[in-house]
Amino acid sequence: MIRLDGVTVAYHGRAALQDATLHVARGERVAVIGPNGAGKSTLLRVVAGLLRPVTGTVELAGDRLDRLDREAIARRLAVVPQLPILPFATTVEEVVALGRLPHEHPVRGMRPGDRAAVAAAIERVGVGHLLGRDARELSLGERQLVLLAMAVAQDAPVLVLDEPTVHLDLRHQIEVMDLLGDLNARDGTTVLAVLHDLRLAAHFFPRLILLDRGRVVADGAPAEVLAAERIRDVFGVDPAFVRAGA
Amino acid sequence: MTSGAGILATRRGVGLRAALARRPVVVGVTGLVLLLFALVTGIAAGSVAIAPADTLGILGRRLLGLDVAVTWPATAETIVMDLRLPRVLTAMVVGGGLAVAGAAFQGLLRNPLADPYVLGTASGAALGAAIAVLIPVRTLILQFGLLHALAFLGALGAVLVVYRLSRVGATAPMTSLLLTGYAVGSLLAAGLAMAMYLSGAGLRQIFSYLLGGFEASSWGRLAVAAPLIAFASLAILLRARSLNGMLLGEEAAAHLGVDVRRERAILLTLASLATAAAVAVSGLIGFVGLVAPHVVRLLVGPNARLVLPLAALLGASLMVGADLVARLLGEIPVGVVTAVIGAPFFLALLRRAHAGYEL
Repeated sequence: MIRLDGVTVAYHGRAALQDATLHVARGERVAVIGPNGAGKSTLLRVVAGLLRPVTGTVELAGDRLDRLDREAIARRLAVVPQLPILPFATTVEEVVALGRLPHEHPVRGMRPGDRAAVAAAIERVGVGHLLGRDARELSLGERQLVLLAMAVAQDAPVLVLDEPTVHLDLRHQIEVMDLLGDLNARDGTTVLAVLHDLRLAAHFFPRLILLDRGRVVADGAPAEVLAAERIRDVFGVDPAFVRAGA
Repeated sequence: MTSGAGILATRRGVGLRAALARRPVVVGVTGLVLLLFALVTGIAAGSVAIAPADTLGILGRRLLGLDVAVTWPATAETIVMDLRLPRVLTAMVVGGGLAVAGAAFQGLLRNPLADPYVLGTASGAALGAAIAVLIPVRTLILQFGLLHALAFLGALGAVLVVYRLSRVGATAPMTSLLLTGYAVGSLLAAGLAMAMYLSGAGLRQIFSYLLGGFEASSWGRLAVAAPLIAFASLAILLRARSLNGMLLGEEAAAHLGVDVRRERAILLTLASLATAAAVAVSGLIGFVGLVAPHVVRLLVGPNARLVLPLAALLGASLMVGADLVARLLGEIPVGVVTAVIGAPFFLALLRRAHAGYEL
């Protein structure tokens, strides 16, 4: 579904991602982990087509990413954005409806199928109790869920998330993780998420990709990737701290 | 997980705005009625009052070819057809165009205070038009073409400068936008003052750009402005999807399938074109581009597909109303009337923005 081959990305001459090669198959659930500045967000931006690699190729669902236009990418890959500032009063359902932009009629807008997808996403993510409210007045956690509902409404085979649990309390973190698991298991959605919390990653994702200083240093099952010496090397912390919760 | 019944129950409790958002037709029809009312009142009222029935009769006879019994003096027909109708239609077109341009600028900059006036687009267009007045061209058509071309270049130049300088990251924060708009606007005002100083015989015309108004309206001028503004407004409306995508910012818009760089360039150009055509025919008239989209958003929400046409309707009605007030007060500049309505509105918005979420 997602294939990176020898991808290098540089910001201002400094490589943010170096010679990254990885393959995420259809229906996989993968967490990208690593310390700050390891290149996790860069990796997501490359996968989403926002950053062009200096060298290497990126493929999405069998096509080279640089040959797809934005709309074609948006139909294949939904990204849960970082919490945005909304300039105008916008209801929760209006935010979720934005997920249908790549599908709706360019002139007439949403069709009945789009409205059904919005209603389904609202129910799936469980934000029905927030309908009618101005999204700017919600708590950070609620807004996070609304944005997740928007990405679900986008109905793309790949769902990409950057730190989806960062503003959530533990219960909501687990709810989001369960939801991602459910989307993955029931709908076959391929999930690629950047996570800071190693315990969440290890518990809810069968495959982890560990980045360090722009390189993929480990890729596999949690027990293998989070080996004690690697945690000590990459994160510079006592492995017991991570393992206790995993 | 919330059940379907739960969703319905909460929907029943939504406020007026959400209810109206589902009834854009009601708002649209109200807007049309308002516009028609403004049209008839704008033509009927003035220094010589013409009965609304006669106004409708003249319009029906002359525009629709209806067989209406003539109950009015010939002068009434001249006043309606040669003076007031082109004037009211020009006000409508300009008001609608400025409202659409304002809505587009606000959406692109993700800032409710952006409008052709605040951004300096209108001043840039006025300076361009003033420079065109200074250039001695004898052929009328050439002069008209030059006027519009330079107004467009001025508008585009001003908006590009303000846009580039006021952006911090992906958005234009309020303070940065207002200060940059102010600085660029001051520079353009200085340019206009210089143009007036150099103008000699053209002084009156340049001065009229500065004041803004519709007293010089004619069918000829309308014939140039209307197609330009209609084209730009329609083309912006066709890109409503891109403006909707920008609601969450440029990066999110890209994730939602919007080619941000391309759409931004096209929309900035189109909004500048609408502004320039409006300024070339009526001079600087502020605040309509700010007020109309904002009021519409309060009624139907931020969906550009609804906001753009409804703001055009409201902007057109507002401008006809403002022009009528200006005429009834003895031909005071219409910009004075829109400023009296718009400036407090702007300040209220600014206060709310400071108290709220945007900064």
